[in-house]
Amino acid sequence: MTTNKREKSLIVMQLSGGNDYLNTIVPYAEGKYYDSRTTVNIPQDRVIPINDQLGFNPSMGPIKALWDEGKVAVINGIGYQNPNRSHFRSMDIWHTAEPDTIGKEGWLGRAIRDIDPLGENVLTGINFGRGLPRALACPGVSVASVGDLATYGLFPDVQDEELRMFTLEAFSKMYGGAAGRDPVMDLLGQTGKDALQGADILRTAPGMYSSTVEYAPDALAQNVKSISQVFHANLGAKVLYTQHGPFDTHSGELLSHAKLWNEVAGAIGSLMEDLKEHGTEDDATILVFSEFGRRIKDNGSGSDHGSGGGAFLIGGAVNGGLYGEYPSLAEAEQIEGDLRSNNDFRSVYTNILEDWMGLDAAPIVNGQFEKFDVFKS
Amino acid sequence: MMISNDTGLMAHLLRRAGFGATRDELEKYLALGYEGAVEVLLNPSEPNNMPDDLIRRYHVEQSELRDIAGSAAYWMYRMISTSCPLEEKTALFWHGLFATGYAKLNQARSLLNQVDMFRRSGMGSFEDLLVELSQDPAMIVWLDNIENHGSAINENFGRELLELFSMGIGNYTEDDIKECSRAFTGWTLGNAEYMSIRAAKDSIWPYGRIAWHFDYREEDHDDGEKTFLGETGNFNGEDIIAIIAKQESTAQFVATRLFQFFAADEVTEYGEKAIQAMMETYFSSGYQVRDMLRTLFHSDYFKSEEARYARVKNPVEMVVGAIRMAGSYQNPALGIENVSRNMLFMGQGLLQPPTVEGWHEGSEWIDSGALVERVNFVAKELSNVKSPGVRSIIDRLEAGSDAGILDPDELADGCLDLLGPIEVSEATRSVLVEYAARLGNLDLKDHLQGDLAEQRVGNMLRLVAATREYQLA
Repeated sequence: MTTNKREKSLIVMQLSGGNDYLNTIVPYAEGKYYDSRTTVNIPQDRVIPINDQLGFNPSMGPIKALWDEGKVAVINGIGYQNPNRSHFRSMDIWHTAEPDTIGKEGWLGRAIRDIDPLGENVLTGINFGRGLPRALACPGVSVASVGDLATYGLFPDVQDEELRMFTLEAFSKMYGGAAGRDPVMDLLGQTGKDALQGADILRTAPGMYSSTVEYAPDALAQNVKSISQVFHANLGAKVLYTQHGPFDTHSGELLSHAKLWNEVAGAIGSLMEDLKEHGTEDDATILVFSEFGRRIKDNGSGSDHGSGGGAFLIGGAVNGGLYGEYPSLAEAEQIEGDLRSNNDFRSVYTNILEDWMGLDAAPIVNGQFEKFDVFKS
Repeated sequence: MMISNDTGLMAHLLRRAGFGATRDELEKYLALGYEGAVEVLLNPSEPNNMPDDLIRRYHVEQSELRDIAGSAAYWMYRMISTSCPLEEKTALFWHGLFATGYAKLNQARSLLNQVDMFRRSGMGSFEDLLVELSQDPAMIVWLDNIENHGSAINENFGRELLELFSMGIGNYTEDDIKECSRAFTGWTLGNAEYMSIRAAKDSIWPYGRIAWHFDYREEDHDDGEKTFLGETGNFNGEDIIAIIAKQESTAQFVATRLFQFFAADEVTEYGEKAIQAMMETYFSSGYQVRDMLRTLFHSDYFKSEEARYARVKNPVEMVVGAIRMAGSYQNPALGIENVSRNMLFMGQGLLQPPTVEGWHEGSEWIDSGALVERVNFVAKELSNVKSPGVRSIIDRLEAGSDAGILDPDELADGCLDLLGPIEVSEATRSVLVEYAARLGNLDLKDHLQGDLAEQRVGNMLRLVAATREYQLA
């Protein structure tokens, strides 16, 4: 099933490895920041000021431009109680919205199930990259994982196009045939047909898209370009997910963090320009998040795992501004040398689910959370 | 196509008790006879797997066994090179049942130590296995027994021991869980407090991960009287496990889970008979897993048509089976983590089960994203005519043909035979034959590596690998 009615989509950009929030939204007026970050800091004169307290990392120019247009919500100090500094566990917590026990279902998997309970559209949720982030995993929910849009589908390694088509045709015949022989064979048949159909539809996306925007050649920008192509093909994709990294900047942080944010900000800038060109700025919202922030004190060349990061919501439908209090650097407020988050990450999820996707958030995020009010009404 | 009974049954056994078999392996097992083959599988000797010193020469991360990707690949090497496949298959079974995951531990080596314990004890007494599991450092951290103190119990391990690891829900009370948990107080790690903090605060580890070991702290153990499943005494953990092991519900649980992993995803009335027989063996053998498996493999059900292809292959079986069949990665290869990562793309990352419940097996392996990954991986492995296993298939096809010429039926049937034998529906077979006919009869006379004739065999193998039937074990 595809729909031509444009509906709202969520684009998620996961910053894997633990983004250093202190060097992203920089508290440049705080002496304690420079006292703790004796080497791994952003000098005052290089920060792009937001106000007299906070400023963007100098690599975030394109995001600052969107900020000036009122399209960027910066959500400070989000996390969860009893922060876990393990990449895997903390990412799991963000993915399953379940900080205390080991969660079974991804929050976006649940959202996809609510949007498309019968699984009529195999493209409701798409991950751009191999594998399936746990955020999208949910029993009974089919999510396409697109490593490379240009070659997505079955038998990508077959170079000879005629042979490939011949093989696909045979596959289609083998997975067709009468249903009712055996439930597992029927399931395989239906799934094979869904996979072929999903691939066929996805392959049409680049042909239906034209744009004057040139995306950078890095992996993130190319995935974001694929997201734009699929989004603009009106295939009913509601959740489009990708990730970038590694943000695990234990060493050589100043160089690597700058490069990563250049790429993230560049990809977001290009995407927003692309949406503007297509008149779809109000139809997509971008969520940017990371599993944790990093330690307040640097380690001489990088920073170690910490807590209390932040997130961004970006789009035409967003009321730009600062949300949530910036975590205090005061020693009394720290958790073992880390920032204390002021806001639960599930507040952000609740805001997105209810006010952007029109879903009942509580069963998805496992409870009621006071939400931010980031979206224009 | 007629498949001889013996050959078909042996291939079935090796798909279940192993990762499928090349024709050479199949012939080796056929020479032993079914009973002989079952005994060889049940009594692993020297596994002849890829040696550590060779692996370490190529892979620093598999020397440290610190991170998840290298450690998963390390286990995969073992699976693709072992000559004792049931040993690895049983370890995989327990890994899925006693599912312990990297996410909370940040200590991959402790997981591999746990897998080693499954190899060592996984076919022995279930009672002994539960004792080892309760003393396993990875498990102690994973289910918070490190926080289970005489002064304040933490029920996580006690609950899952009864619910997920032995009797199953409905066979005990909430009070039994508390009493069980009390009995395991003081079962912890050496230097537990520090280790606990390290696990939660994963950051750089300049000197590598610190090895964990079991520590029993008498002063933290609640030695008071406990009443568990109707019996009363000053029970310690071993006493509780002895009571668990003698329960009918435990026998039922272990037999059913073994049946579902080794015989069929769904338990039918006929299958129930095999489970009953395994339960009897459980008690008569003193809880020996090896004897239960022997009962299963010799059961009428296991040998019946009903049991054939009655399981969806799990991703590990897909990946390891294809690599063993193709004979690829027989030596360390840089980038091997990207190969083992394919299991994760299909939904089963080794050493990272999603929760303590393990993976949802059977038809839940199949969704459109996973199916694309499954088909693409196996199709690519088996169509690579440079791989030794595929070359051996080509040679056997030629040797079995009339002067190197194979007509479309012979090509399709020959590939189905040598990849299994795999039995497919008439509808599937007719598509395969039609595909084989694309360029007429195949002439393998004087074939050269990578020439068109060989590539046509590769193409055929690719399509067989993409059948619905290939998804099943």
